[in-house]
Amino acid sequence: MTRKIVNGVPMPSWPMRMFKGLVLLVFCVAVIIPFVGVISTSVAPNKQINEAGGLVLFPESISLAAYESLFAGGVVTQALFVSVFVTVVGTALSLTASCLLAYALSRPSFAAGRPILLVLLFSMLFSPGIIPTYLVVKGVGLLDSIWALIVPTMVSAFNVIVLRAFFMNLPNELTESARIDGAGELKIFGYVVLPLSKAVLSVIGLFYAVAYWNAFFSALLYLNDSKLWPLQLVLRTYVINDTQLGSAELGTELLPPQSSIQMAILVVSIVPILIIYPFLQRHFAKGVLTGAVKG
Amino acid sequence: MLQRSKTRPQQQLSLGQRLLRDKALLLFALPGTALIIAFHYVPLLGNVIAFKDYQPFLGISGSDWSGWANFAVIFNGDPAFLRALKNTLILTSLQSVFVFPAPILLALLLNSLFSERIKRIAQSILYLPHFMSWVIVVALFQQMLGGSGLLNNYLRSHDLATIDIIGNSELFHVLLTSQIIWKDTGWATILFLAALSQIDSQLYEASSVDGASRTRQLWHVTLPGLRGIIILLFILRLGDSLTVGFEQIILQQQAVGRDVSEVLDTYVYNNGVIGGAWGVAAAVGLVKGLVGVALVLAANKVAHIFGEQGVYQR
Repeated sequence: MTRKIVNGVPMPSWPMRMFKGLVLLVFCVAVIIPFVGVISTSVAPNKQINEAGGLVLFPESISLAAYESLFAGGVVTQALFVSVFVTVVGTALSLTASCLLAYALSRPSFAAGRPILLVLLFSMLFSPGIIPTYLVVKGVGLLDSIWALIVPTMVSAFNVIVLRAFFMNLPNELTESARIDGAGELKIFGYVVLPLSKAVLSVIGLFYAVAYWNAFFSALLYLNDSKLWPLQLVLRTYVINDTQLGSAELGTELLPPQSSIQMAILVVSIVPILIIYPFLQRHFAKGVLTGAVKG
Repeated sequence: MLQRSKTRPQQQLSLGQRLLRDKALLLFALPGTALIIAFHYVPLLGNVIAFKDYQPFLGISGSDWSGWANFAVIFNGDPAFLRALKNTLILTSLQSVFVFPAPILLALLLNSLFSERIKRIAQSILYLPHFMSWVIVVALFQQMLGGSGLLNNYLRSHDLATIDIIGNSELFHVLLTSQIIWKDTGWATILFLAALSQIDSQLYEASSVDGASRTRQLWHVTLPGLRGIIILLFILRLGDSLTVGFEQIILQQQAVGRDVSEVLDTYVYNNGVIGGAWGVAAAVGLVKGLVGVALVLAANKVAHIFGEQGVYQR
């Protein structure tokens, strides 16, 4: 039997192609269905949710009552502010500290470069353990402070190494000519290196942002005061543990069914990631891999 | 990775002079390095409380030394510790057998697709769950498979028997494993796909001229091309084999009870931060960390013996 050969690979037989398509389809549907269900239920009318007994895949009409009650100023609104603050401020600080460190490490002549790089690499080999880290965070007075969600995880050694690899690949002539023109390190960094690194900066920035937005463990560990809770902790309390959200928590008398409120909280925490996902995706195949492989 | 550029002539300055010259760069490196030291290295010192009868109001230096007393739970086989160890080992075996190969198979499938467009669309969809937090993943699974979830509502409306999946302690380990597969399989293909794209296409052409079938090519061209990355990732996985997912498990612990859900990390958290047995929890955490480092070093050694590159060079 002769088969068509494309780029040296024989075309698979029809049953095989059907089988592979089916496997892929099942996997993709299994990923998509939960998202569709949650988003649909959050906007579905009460009657339909009650008839279905829970999740709805195709809403008959759109009702935003659940979102109105979430944004009325209760716990969820507050948690949203905390999460946005942590994500925005945290990402800005993380990027600044990581880029400065990575730039210093990327300079071939930097006298302290090698020891600092070793400090970074070794920190990736072990994790210091939950209890000792907790004691350090407590020791520096970050317990029950919103900064506990930012400071301990501000610099990721892996991200610094990816950034460093990228900076090292920039043409040396550019930085050298700036230096000859009398630019100091800060000028070279700000006017030459950073503008050339937009792609890798956006990927690393988005990685940091996603990590801050999703942070659950540090909030669980370090925050007792429920006023400081980020969205992820609210999600756990009111969706996973099924604690009732009453008008006292929501700050409004308007009370849609619990399941649509729950789904709306889920949507609020999913949507920001769905929004930045296409930007992330455009870069990560290129930016992250070249960095990681060479790192 | 540590090589320096050779473009500059070797400079004859003392270390002090060079550091003085690089003071701007030192200043740049300071905040990041300080944070890594403060939150990765200083906590290592905090492990001394594993050898102390730590009392929070006395502080680390004020608490009395207790020798190896905190390690007694490990050496004497305290039932709660053994339970955590058992669950950890079960979960890590399940993960090695089912979670580890899944992205390899999926990457091979994606790589064998002839349509670039379908491949790209599938990748966009399959990478997405990786960016969701565990809280979201657990909530989504509840909504799909829980008592009033989509699956059981469907079964109920068609007068079929419902399936108790969420909150069923017998299925808990299977549930955890399938959640990890759902969340991370797609994303994990990215490294294997990169390795697959590095394989010289001439190898495929040459083998097809020699009449190799797809199966033969898979066995003699594709898999050898993936060997390095598979070994590398397996070594890293070994180092993490006592870490089986803290967030994922603590979120679902209430529903199924500790008999099936207590693992080493939750044991440390529940006994230390919640229960106040700081010394014992730190001792268990310390042993776990040391075993992890030892496993990576040992696995790397084995890889070297078999002539593979491993994580780092000799």
